[in-house]
Amino acid sequence: MIEVKNLSKSFEHTKVLNDINIVFDKGKANLVIGQSGSGKTVLLKSIVGLHNVDEGEIVFDGTIFNHLNFKEKKEMRKEIGMLFQGGALFDSSTVEENVMFPLDMFTEMSFEEKRERTNECLKRVNIINANQLYPAELSGGMKKRVAIARAIALNPKYLFCDEPNSGLDPKTALLIDNLIKEITIEFNMTTIVNTHDMNSVMEIGDKVIFIYKGDKWWEGTKDDIFDTENKELNEFVFASKLSQKIKDLKNHY
Amino acid sequence: MSLINHIGKYLVLLYRVFSRPEKLKLYYKETIKEIDKLGLNSIWIVVIISVFMGAVITIQTAYNTENPIYPKYLIGLTARDTLLLEFSSTIVALILAGKIGSNIASEIGTMRVTEQIDALEIMGVNSASFLILPKIVATVFFSPFLCILSMFIGIFGGWVAGVTTGIMTSQDYIYGIQYAFIPYYIVYALIKSAVFSFLITSISAYHGYYSFGGSLEVGQSSTKAVVHSSISILLFNLILTQLLLS
Repeated sequence: MIEVKNLSKSFEHTKVLNDINIVFDKGKANLVIGQSGSGKTVLLKSIVGLHNVDEGEIVFDGTIFNHLNFKEKKEMRKEIGMLFQGGALFDSSTVEENVMFPLDMFTEMSFEEKRERTNECLKRVNIINANQLYPAELSGGMKKRVAIARAIALNPKYLFCDEPNSGLDPKTALLIDNLIKEITIEFNMTTIVNTHDMNSVMEIGDKVIFIYKGDKWWEGTKDDIFDTENKELNEFVFASKLSQKIKDLKNHY
Repeated sequence: MSLINHIGKYLVLLYRVFSRPEKLKLYYKETIKEIDKLGLNSIWIVVIISVFMGAVITIQTAYNTENPIYPKYLIGLTARDTLLLEFSSTIVALILAGKIGSNIASEIGTMRVTEQIDALEIMGVNSASFLILPKIVATVFFSPFLCILSMFIGIFGGWVAGVTTGIMTSQDYIYGIQYAFIPYYIVYALIKSAVFSFLITSISAYHGYYSFGGSLEVGQSSTKAVVHSSISILLFNLILTQLLLS
């Protein structure tokens, strides 16, 4: 479980996050939604420590992460896996080397053991016979899946995904969503997904948090979204004609 | 940002770079890769430039010492001292600042803007040390070899130019390059080349590491890396010359 308490963050004179309080549950896909520029990515990067927060606490299972020193944070980060928007695979390394990297860095496994674990992770994300390919040779969806394989190589307790579906076709996006959901349940991880893709929300949103102009505006489940009276959330979620039609149909029946 | 700020950030980065590596074996592997990429791949440019510069220095010296009062071997001696004292260390370093400096800044800069550095940090890896230390070790270790290679090739180029154009005899040239030889000049050149390599690598890495935005900004970082490395080389050339030769 991850708790965010009274979190505020500014860049120079612009306040990006304002007194945020959220509890992210273990074993669930916690989705953070909001418009571009609402502060989702800053929130995620603040939680993982890539941004220093101005005020507030980030608590990972009872440990106040932002109060730890550099060395303690480093230890804690071994329990964190993160999927970046573009995958962030190392360009000069093959798929196998990318997934093997955390194992090389933080374990004393033999090469055979590392290779076995790498193949296990790649198989889990349905990447087969691509070990020797470089990131430039992979499709967008494959890159994301390899990045997930790398993120889970060390069996992390926490998984963070920043816009996992950006730039993907709906079918591949669905595949990635389901993969994140399955892995979350399988490894009993606390997963936080940043997205503005409503298909993802409806597919895997166990818990949904809506961020609006740096404030936590709404919290609920994917089913609650249809019944909410929250104006800003409705404008965001049902912005398209298709989603408005779905809402009308659901309300009708 | 002011110069003081840049120097401060640069020193903080160096502190992170020289902190204890997580896993020496991985750093060793990376260093070998960097020696190949930054060192061995620079051999040809050093060879080509050195042979031509050696030839030009010889011809120009001959042109300026046509008076019979000057002994012919003076051409060899001048070519040797020019190459040893300045060309093989400083000029080669300035050329490498263009080649290696832009390479390092754009590589690390691209890693920054594509969040690869963030990915390393999230894993708990000291990204500054992991990315920059192997490059510094590789270039500082390999640059003296490039410097020595440049000296030999430059002197050889001078000999070829001198003999084939009929400016002087082979004996005069060989006598000249042996005449009043001061071995310390080689030590001086090697020290300079190691220091310049450190400056090129660390300054370029600094610009790459603190890149932000997109490809345009990475390009700008790359340009800054070359300009600032070159200025630092010239400044430290003056300081080292004063310290080591006075």
